[in-house]
Amino acid sequence: MSTSTTTKTPTTRLSLWFWLTLAGIAIISFVRVVTSSNDLTSPGTIRAAVIATCPILLAALGGLWAERAGVVNIGLEGQMILGSWGGAFFTYHYGPWIGILGAALFGLIGGLLHAVATVTFGVDHIVSGVAINLIGAGAAKYLAEAIFKEYEGGGPSQLIGLDAPPNITIPGISDAALDIAGKHWFIVSDIAAVIAAATTRINSLTVLVFVLVVVSGWVLWRTSFGLRLRSCGENPQAAETLGVDVYRYKYIAVMISGALAGIGGGFLALVSSSGFSDGQTGGRGYIGLAAMIFGNWRPGGLLAGSLTFGYTDSLRLRDSEAIHALLLLAGIGFLAFAIYRAWRGQRRGAVGVGVAGLLLLAWFLATDSVPRDFTSMTPYVTTLVVLALGTQRLRMPAADGKPYERGSAG
Amino acid sequence: MTSRVQAVLMALLAPAIAVLVAVIATSAVILAVGSAPGDFWSAMFSNPLPRIKVNVVNQTAIIYISAVAAAIGFRMGLFNIGIEGQYTIASFAAASFAGAAYLSGFANIAVTLLIAIVVGAGWAGIAGLLKVTRGVSEVISTIMLNSIAITMAGYLLNRYGVHEGNTVHTTKLSGDSKVAGWAPFEPRDGQVWALALLAVAIGVGFWVLLNKTRFGFDLRASGQSETAALASGINPKRMVLISMLLSGAVAGLIWMPAYFGGAGSYGTAFQGGLGFTGLAVALLGRNSPLGMFFGAVLFAYLTAQSNTLTFGSDISPSIVEITQGVAVLAVVVAYEVVRRWRSRLEQRQVARELVAA
Repeated sequence: MSTSTTTKTPTTRLSLWFWLTLAGIAIISFVRVVTSSNDLTSPGTIRAAVIATCPILLAALGGLWAERAGVVNIGLEGQMILGSWGGAFFTYHYGPWIGILGAALFGLIGGLLHAVATVTFGVDHIVSGVAINLIGAGAAKYLAEAIFKEYEGGGPSQLIGLDAPPNITIPGISDAALDIAGKHWFIVSDIAAVIAAATTRINSLTVLVFVLVVVSGWVLWRTSFGLRLRSCGENPQAAETLGVDVYRYKYIAVMISGALAGIGGGFLALVSSSGFSDGQTGGRGYIGLAAMIFGNWRPGGLLAGSLTFGYTDSLRLRDSEAIHALLLLAGIGFLAFAIYRAWRGQRRGAVGVGVAGLLLLAWFLATDSVPRDFTSMTPYVTTLVVLALGTQRLRMPAADGKPYERGSAG
Repeated sequence: MTSRVQAVLMALLAPAIAVLVAVIATSAVILAVGSAPGDFWSAMFSNPLPRIKVNVVNQTAIIYISAVAAAIGFRMGLFNIGIEGQYTIASFAAASFAGAAYLSGFANIAVTLLIAIVVGAGWAGIAGLLKVTRGVSEVISTIMLNSIAITMAGYLLNRYGVHEGNTVHTTKLSGDSKVAGWAPFEPRDGQVWALALLAVAIGVGFWVLLNKTRFGFDLRASGQSETAALASGINPKRMVLISMLLSGAVAGLIWMPAYFGGAGSYGTAFQGGLGFTGLAVALLGRNSPLGMFFGAVLFAYLTAQSNTLTFGSDISPSIVEITQGVAVLAVVVAYEVVRRWRSRLEQRQVARELVAA
């Protein structure tokens, strides 16, 4: 996409995404029908996938904000942990909505620490991120032991029985969609399952998360504030000469980044499970970072990445047949990508991807089941493969991770 | 004041500031949850029990090995975040081999250590290869490889390990391959692991490598300025790959003293998280062989001594994790502040001398 930047309007980009999504659903539906593993796109699976996607998506969105302003934030994991504690604490006292604000506040504090270290003091971004992850994990653990122990439903490493934000069901559509999804028709039922999942007992916070993606995309790419913020990530010296207060933009970006990761932690504590437990983030901050890179530092891309990772994450907990069907899905996906590459004239890359696709198909035909552990590795392996094959096509902000000192434009 | 004394004072300034900030932050957190900071500090400064002293020595050794593994990367300008995964998978492979007892006695120990080195290096080598051939950032690839290694070790352990009730572990090490330690106090206070001496060897080796070999010079040169290194004929890709392999090789050894000294199998006895502790200690000790030693002692002491908090105070031992994290963040900030301040001093001095001349 980076090669043809001349006449790409938002509408063609949107329609491209629409057709890509439809093609994806068609492939999944085909695999479902062939392997007759209906759990692959049942409304229940999609519901679980969306819930698994949200925390990853929020972390990825947090990464996007920071990196678009030129700050690499691997402290997302620590900020997420802080958010899960803050979300639980404030929900216990003031209910779920204040709880979400509390989660954002705690994540924001983590982001502020990162901003002070990297922007004001020019500490290496990775080093600061590692330290923030240590502090976040330690702080949540200590605070839980010190405070939650005495709460009702609490213990030294958990606080359960928290209220979640309310679920939303749209009566008419929900029933009709559930009905059609139950018929297992090709494509139609799969789309109905998506609609059913979106209209049946969907958590209001989930809706908010997807709204946040759209809002972030709009703010970063369609407002002058966003343009200035991104200019700090591309060329801070040039931005400075144009009168942009680079430090201020970087601070705002990293604090929003931390707040989003914090909400991701809050989502884990309130929606994914009904309470806080120590270590529940389980590296989702890192997966979010991976989803963002996978998505080429763009909102649409990171949404696709997060959905992929969330989907595989949720299948792990469901039918083991569905996991096996995933092999066929991945095999077909790889082959489709190989054909696409061959069509673009990248022969060597096409052969590599094609062989990988054939191997996956062979694995599918030769076995009856896949160990569950392998699906939890999927996001990480996918990211490595994407990075290894597609580094030329990924483009991060030009000054991402580079130190910048005020006045260095000379 | 002579310049040498001044340099030493400058070098100590940043850690001193960091310790002070960590003390203040820790006290503030304890106060905020309604406990008494005094209880914490009196527990931390009380004379440690013999058992804890032994524990500190052992933990210092393995944390130090981890820190050296991190420092090899840092000195080269590489972020090997993957130490955690490298030593997890290496420990699993080594413990599986040693437990199977294909060899006996000393041969078993030697080959096991070799396996730990090779597996650790190999796992790090994946990230190294991805970086030199495909330009993949080692930060991202090692983070991914960490999760893959931990999941994979868990899967293999579950599949091939010995199940005992709810727990699973690799086959126990037979008696003739155990390495007896040295008990400085009563036997019940535990032993200092014999292979803790590995840490000394690795520390000395790291110092010699850095300061007395061509490779060490190339490594430091590449870390300080890649363009200058390239101009003086150093092959940057080769350096990246070798230092990644070396870092992984050292990482592979991290848990070995504990394995041969007491654990005897990979399973619930495995101590995770040392990879990140090592990164923190390397940052704290400025990647210098001596500095990291003090850092390792500090971390080991804080963790071991914090266990005394469980008696007679309502402060939970995990408070020291905050202390450690804050100390690391504070020290990197403090080094940066001191560096900027020094360069400003030097600029002023040069300006003065130019005017005088």
